[in-house]
Amino acid sequence: MKENLFPKKPYKTDGGAPVPHRKGTSDEDSQVLPPPALVRLPMQMHIGAPCTPLVKVGDRVLVGQKIGDSDAPFSAPIHASVSGEVTEIGEITLGGGARSLAVTVASDGKMEEIPYIPPKMDTYEDFITAVRECGLVGLGGAGFPTHIKLRPSADKKIDTLIINGAECEPYLTSDNREILENSWDVMSGVYTVKNMLHIHRVLICIESNKPRAIEVLREIADSSVDKDDEVRVLALPARYPQGAEKVLIKAATGREVPPGKLPADVGCIVMNITSISVLSRYIKTGMPLVHKRLTVDGGAVAHKQNVIVPLGTSVAEVLAHCGLLPEKVGKVMFGGPMMGVALESLDVPVLKNNNGIIALSKEEAATSPTTACIRCGRCVAACPMRLYPLRLEKAIARKDVARMEALDLLTCMECGSCAFVCPAKRPLVQSMRLGKAILREEKSKNKK
Amino acid sequence: MKLSVSSSPHLRAPVTTERIMRDVLISLLPCVAAGVWLFGLRTLLVVGISTLLCMFLEFTCRFIMKREQTVGDLSAAVTGVLLGLTLPVSIPIPLIIVGCVTAIVVVKQMFGGLGNNFVNPALAGRIVMLVSFPTQMTGFTTPTWVDAVTTATPLAPNAEAASLLDLFLGRVGGCIGETCKIAILLGLAYLLIRRVISPIIPLCYVGTVALFSLAVGADALFQLLSGGLLFGAVFMATDYVTSPVGKWGKVVYAVGCGLITVLIRLYASLPEGVSYAIVLMNILCPLIERIPFGKTFGKGKSKEGKTV
Repeated sequence: MKENLFPKKPYKTDGGAPVPHRKGTSDEDSQVLPPPALVRLPMQMHIGAPCTPLVKVGDRVLVGQKIGDSDAPFSAPIHASVSGEVTEIGEITLGGGARSLAVTVASDGKMEEIPYIPPKMDTYEDFITAVRECGLVGLGGAGFPTHIKLRPSADKKIDTLIINGAECEPYLTSDNREILENSWDVMSGVYTVKNMLHIHRVLICIESNKPRAIEVLREIADSSVDKDDEVRVLALPARYPQGAEKVLIKAATGREVPPGKLPADVGCIVMNITSISVLSRYIKTGMPLVHKRLTVDGGAVAHKQNVIVPLGTSVAEVLAHCGLLPEKVGKVMFGGPMMGVALESLDVPVLKNNNGIIALSKEEAATSPTTACIRCGRCVAACPMRLYPLRLEKAIARKDVARMEALDLLTCMECGSCAFVCPAKRPLVQSMRLGKAILREEKSKNKK
Repeated sequence: MKLSVSSSPHLRAPVTTERIMRDVLISLLPCVAAGVWLFGLRTLLVVGISTLLCMFLEFTCRFIMKREQTVGDLSAAVTGVLLGLTLPVSIPIPLIIVGCVTAIVVVKQMFGGLGNNFVNPALAGRIVMLVSFPTQMTGFTTPTWVDAVTTATPLAPNAEAASLLDLFLGRVGGCIGETCKIAILLGLAYLLIRRVISPIIPLCYVGTVALFSLAVGADALFQLLSGGLLFGAVFMATDYVTSPVGKWGKVVYAVGCGLITVLIRLYASLPEGVSYAIVLMNILCPLIERIPFGKTFGKGKSKEGKTV
């Protein structure tokens, strides 16, 4: 009976693209970045309501001190990541171009911490409060407040917890390092969430190109800690985009999340593996989310490595530490090269949901000219959502709203597989984004 | 420091249209070589002229229309080689011009260039030549190494019986590229290894012809090995622009090609029907594309069933 609950091998998923792995940093220990001169902590590092600063200019703050919070239920607090003085509170531009109010803290270099107190963990409510106070958001990329995710509405019966350690983006190895460096944090976090939510099936999903991570977690999962044997490690094929939430749920359970629905609608909760590790440390020690491990890699970086940096550190400072080669730089991005956001300026702060800074050399960033679509069908074969990108592109070009909807444009998750494989180098993802903007505009027009 | 900013993804696969076309050209080399072996050096003249003419016409059209120059993407070269290989070696050179103009000027460029032609340009060119100059287009030379003799295609009702080995090696009358099956299979293998085409269309096309022939009591093996079937199934029906993009669409399209080919061969007054079959299915391609195959992610039934 139980055996059936745990697939021996992953369920088959559609599409995907043979992207290069380039995980050269996976075996190197993470380095801790020396305290930066200043950090800028945006009051919005998550999906939901922005926080209100709890400090004013001139205040002295300590590492781990809460400096921003919100009364809105859909939000997550922000903590100081260095000790020092608040020198400025004002609007700044973030990596993606968005504007946000931010608290600037000039570091005194001491990294003095508040006395951490482990949270009370007697009830489920205590647990949810702890998750919120930790400042935890989905660290895999979306920045969805974790305390919301871990409190699914009562009508949704959750039977599966999926831990996302797929890390399918090229270059990125920060989750892999988290697993290897903090394996016990990961596993104790898994058991905490499992027990608090009464889930009897946990699948830790890791791509097969990380054999050591799989081995380490399997060893713990198979040891006596897990008496009920309800936690298993599932090795996924190393094919992009296995780590995309919907694809991951399909691979782990065979279930497909319908368009516009959430994982909870198919009985699943998906958590990033670093998120679960951070949560576990907070429960153990009381230290909230104040720093993040980033993979710094790419052809324009001399010392490719994982670095642990205080949140709010500027990208320029992180790159300088890793030996950026300014004459070689072509393009710098937050996140991996498949879904990452290209940065216009390096003077932007590191946020909670960043997991890498990739600085591509001019050659790596060079683009080929776009040519006519030859209908080769590679984009169709690559789409994990079984869409027809070439038809969508045409419909979007002529602003055909009905056709965009008929072709399920909103199911597109912008994973970039289609654009990656396109021999005509068509900007398919850009086109999908434009199409979604057209749909949104149309929707707001209809509301009026 | 100048940073370039663009939409993701920031990595692209190395494959380009030009590389695909170059692969197709390479895959056609065995057929050209077999043509020289079987039909002599005039093969090079026919294929060469057809190729250069197609490229020249592509260049000229784009130049006159003041459009971006596309002769470098090699698609015109592919059309030229394909057209040349589907002509009899004895074809008078001036007639090739008619085929090339039809292919590149009328069918390809007048409809918007690469990606917008509704039928395979090379086949359209060949068909116009076939109906305009039926005698010259079917005056096949049988390679005998002693004396080249003009004969009909083995598919013609009055043709002498050819052995299966002769059919396989190409020692029968026919167009330059279509007779030697070994060369075609080599080309197919190359295209599959380089992942230029999926095996769906050639397999379904050839499979349909075999099954249909068996079903009506015809000699299936003979049907497979004669005429332009294999050449068409590998190099013509697989043309991206004029075949469906999805796998089930490809199946429907290829089965259609197979059915029409056998119908023409066995029941119509023409000895060979591959060109017509493929062009007819090219025309039906937009309709096939409208058949809703498969469902978008999350819209179908999930394997495990609903939430437990």
